[in-house]
Amino acid sequence: MSLTGSTSGGRRAWLSSRSGVLKGGRLLISLAVTLLGLLLITFLIGRVMPIDPVLAVVGERATKEVYDATRASMGLDDPLIVQFLNYIGEVLTGNFGNSLLTSRPVIDDIARVFPATLELASVATLFGVFIGIPAGVIAAVNAGRWPDHLVRLLGLFGYSMPVFWLGLMGLMIFYGKLDWVAGPGRLDIFFDDVVPQVTGVILIDSLLAGNTEVFANALSHIILPASVLGYYSLAYISRMTRSFMLEQLAQEYVTTARVKGLSEWMVIWRHALGNVMVPLITVIALSYANLLEGSVLTEIVFAWPGIGFYITNALLSADMNAVLGGTVMVGIVFVGLNLLSDLLYRVFDPRAR
Amino acid sequence: MTDHAISHGRRSALFAWLTSETPSSRMQARCVQWFLGWLGLARNPLAMLGLAIVVTLILAAIFAPLLAPHDPLAQDLGRRLLPPGTDGNLLGTDELGRDILSRLLYGARITLYVVALVVFTAPVAGLIVGTVAGYAGGWVDVVLMRMTDVFLAFPRLVLALAFVAALGPGIGNAVLAIALTSWPPYARIARAETLTIRNSDFIAAIRLQGASPLRIVIGHVMPLCVSSVIVRVTLDMAGIILTAAGLGFLGLGAQPPLPEWGAMISTGRLFILDQWWVAAMPGLAIFIVSLGFNLLGDGLRDALDPRSGR
Repeated sequence: MSLTGSTSGGRRAWLSSRSGVLKGGRLLISLAVTLLGLLLITFLIGRVMPIDPVLAVVGERATKEVYDATRASMGLDDPLIVQFLNYIGEVLTGNFGNSLLTSRPVIDDIARVFPATLELASVATLFGVFIGIPAGVIAAVNAGRWPDHLVRLLGLFGYSMPVFWLGLMGLMIFYGKLDWVAGPGRLDIFFDDVVPQVTGVILIDSLLAGNTEVFANALSHIILPASVLGYYSLAYISRMTRSFMLEQLAQEYVTTARVKGLSEWMVIWRHALGNVMVPLITVIALSYANLLEGSVLTEIVFAWPGIGFYITNALLSADMNAVLGGTVMVGIVFVGLNLLSDLLYRVFDPRAR
Repeated sequence: MTDHAISHGRRSALFAWLTSETPSSRMQARCVQWFLGWLGLARNPLAMLGLAIVVTLILAAIFAPLLAPHDPLAQDLGRRLLPPGTDGNLLGTDELGRDILSRLLYGARITLYVVALVVFTAPVAGLIVGTVAGYAGGWVDVVLMRMTDVFLAFPRLVLALAFVAALGPGIGNAVLAIALTSWPPYARIARAETLTIRNSDFIAAIRLQGASPLRIVIGHVMPLCVSSVIVRVTLDMAGIILTAAGLGFLGLGAQPPLPEWGAMISTGRLFILDQWWVAAMPGLAIFIVSLGFNLLGDGLRDALDPRSGR
């Protein structure tokens, strides 16, 4: 035998790193194809729309010559495939055109509104994680008894309630009747532009500036929309945690740990939950991505100046550049989060490498 | 023998026929399968509650003209914004004095219409794409599944928003947008099922007998995929209702004065702090109906698919 252990080990490492590169390459290609398809859809949506983009530029009373010249200069006479390639080029360079509403580049608008959505979705996810995971664990430990039914019912309600209605009812009760929280918007109007904008996330910016008054106000504004939105990720996370935990609790190592005399607390919250955390990371990343969808309606209800609010307002005033730019942006972030959840799973679970 | 005993005897004969372990015909086998599924479902009280809610919705939609105390579109500005429990307006009136209960009953028709249209288009499309991709394999599979992934790469509501933006608001376009965004999960399910069916012996036997791929897919693969797709459809109905209501809420679905539940919440939003019932009632209707579909879907999944019984 000429092959020693070390060379065979090295060979295996080389092979596995090579397959890792292959896998990475395949992932990149599939990502590129998905993004291309995403752009194709938004491109086609932009082409079938009933609003004439030329008329929007030249106005109703333009002559035929002006209209045709503008049409040609906008590249709308080119074959569709050329138009599509141009569109890809523009998107790759971050050029989504100008918004009719704000008459600024759409990409600047998106950069301005996106942190607000990020802030809302992040606080909502925290809410979902810190309540959803313990709720799921408790449900699994008490499977078939009343805590389990309670958690299941909470989840079912979450899957059945329109998010915008829950938001309105929350506003009516906690803002209108009880006055516990601040109303719609991100800040009270006299706190606007008090702290310098660093990250765009007011909760962080106000802390950076050391302004606790603004922080408290921002917190009072975000708490209601974030818990409404977070309720949906809570429903999802608790359901998944429950089913993962049930799987783990039936395993032999749990019995072994119990036989060893470990406390029930250690068995459940350390051993079983520890093994559940890996698939849960994927679930949390996915639920974060799903919040993008719920955030559209939540932002409308709470007048939260994020990407959903931006897209909807643009839509109602037929500002197609802004709608399509916003849609592409949301799609890219959505794909990115899905990819992230996939990667995290590979990093944390050695079996998936 | 008394009549009662005879009818009892007939019933137990029917019961024995329906639960026979050795069915003598294909029809009987199918009936047995359905009956056992129904028994499993009937044991689950929550699923029965869901079924009751769904049946109530259907009845409300069919008999809306008989049940509704008022014309859903009739305005009476003298009786605007009356609270629930007012004489003649059980659930109160909205900002134009229209009876909310009547509008909810007629709104059930719109909700059912949307659900029915989506349910008869999206799953069929998904089933076709999924079975063809799974059975054909190779580049057909790659292309079709890439397409599916692209549609899954958007949050559903955002894509529906963009579609409605392009097509113009209205209930028909809202249905189209929802259908266009909801077929991919069915395609995935159908493909996964097809992959397991494709290599089974009976498919090989049919192929050896000379059946064409089209015949195999339509006649033998699709029927086996239907039950898992149906379960998923029932679970998705609540999502469809919520998306439709969301589009209505944004003013992109059914247009006024149609009594669509989401649009009703949208107008009620203006009075939320003082006349809460204008927005609360339609939201409650959406909630109850979605809950009904969710309970029924959960029950169906448990009854038809014992693997996910936990």
